[in-house]
Amino acid sequence: MASPVEQFDIKPLVEIQVGGVDISFTNSALFMAIAVGLSALFFWYGTRKRALVPGRWQSVNEVFYEFIANMIRDNVGKEGMKYFPFIFTLFMFVFLGNMLGLLPYSFTFTSHIAVTAALALFIFIAVTIIGFARHGTHFLRMFFPHGAPIATAPILIPIELISYLSRPFSLSVRLFANMTVGHIMLKVLAGFVVALGVFGFIPLAVVFGVTLLEIGIAALQAYVFTILTCIYLNDAINMH
Amino acid sequence: MPQFDFLSFPSQIFWLVVTFVALYFIISRFAIPRIGDVMEQRQKMIDDDLERATQLKADTDAAIQTYEKALAEARAKAHEVMKGAQDEMSRKAEERNRDVAEKLAQQIAEGETRISKARDEALASIREVATDAAKAVADKVAGVSIADDKAEAAVAAALKETR
Repeated sequence: MASPVEQFDIKPLVEIQVGGVDISFTNSALFMAIAVGLSALFFWYGTRKRALVPGRWQSVNEVFYEFIANMIRDNVGKEGMKYFPFIFTLFMFVFLGNMLGLLPYSFTFTSHIAVTAALALFIFIAVTIIGFARHGTHFLRMFFPHGAPIATAPILIPIELISYLSRPFSLSVRLFANMTVGHIMLKVLAGFVVALGVFGFIPLAVVFGVTLLEIGIAALQAYVFTILTCIYLNDAINMH
Repeated sequence: MPQFDFLSFPSQIFWLVVTFVALYFIISRFAIPRIGDVMEQRQKMIDDDLERATQLKADTDAAIQTYEKALAEARAKAHEVMKGAQDEMSRKAEERNRDVAEKLAQQIAEGETRISKARDEALASIREVATDAAKAVADKVAGVSIADDKAEAAVAAALKETR
């Protein structure tokens, strides 16, 4: 039986080397491209009529749009709408990455720490830059809230600093771990279906349930990733 | 785990950047304007329709108000006209009543005078007849002729008694 982590193997499809660095077009890259293609198709098909009374696909388009727009309005406020395209892109990318990964024989690019960490680090750095750009050195108040007694500074500041610096780690590890563990679990349980022979229907039923759960997790983790980005953005724009 | 194969990182991050930027352009340049436009247009249309509806409602209310005012005016006018007609009628009736009553009273008075005149005449003729009768009776029964003035006096006395 194949190892449960074999599904995460990155296989180059087109070998590309630039200056000794391997940037081959891999199965991971293929599914990223598929996610982008599907998004484009989804938006193109949904908005092809631009009807006043939306059809099915246009409604779904509008639901996604409103969902992200409301998320930003609720968590960041009107000023956050500047970053609407980025947040929308982020959500679509992670959401489709998670969802596509659930298809048999597909590849889950969000189950790789390199991808989630790159996204999380970009968000972390961007949010920090936005914070300093808006508030200057006053942004440092983030680490020592108003109203706290000055005596608590030696404890409070390191805690706040650590919690701020740990954001990219928690953000990236949460998504990567959820995806990785879910897929390993599915693979292991699916292995039992064959191994148990006639009684294979028991793990099969479990696999069925876990698959449903994983679909929920795929959507939920995309949501969590996006909403945490909104919350970080809110901290940078409005401070707390 | 393949996740910790650092040799694959440059490729993953490179393609992540490429695809993410592509998706960013698709969404910011294509999806958001198109979806946003149609939703804005719809909101505008709904707002316009609502505005028109409120305008129409206001118009209707105004029309109802004018109608009710006109109705009330017409009613008041009709009432006035009716009252005028009634007054006129009662005035006329009263006048006619008065005329009739006057005429009647006059006729009654005339009748009364005529009656009393007739009675006086009758009484006078009665006296004459009675005097003649008394004279004739006296002549026939007693064989005496009574003078006119004596007979008259006797009749007058007798009439006074019977009255």
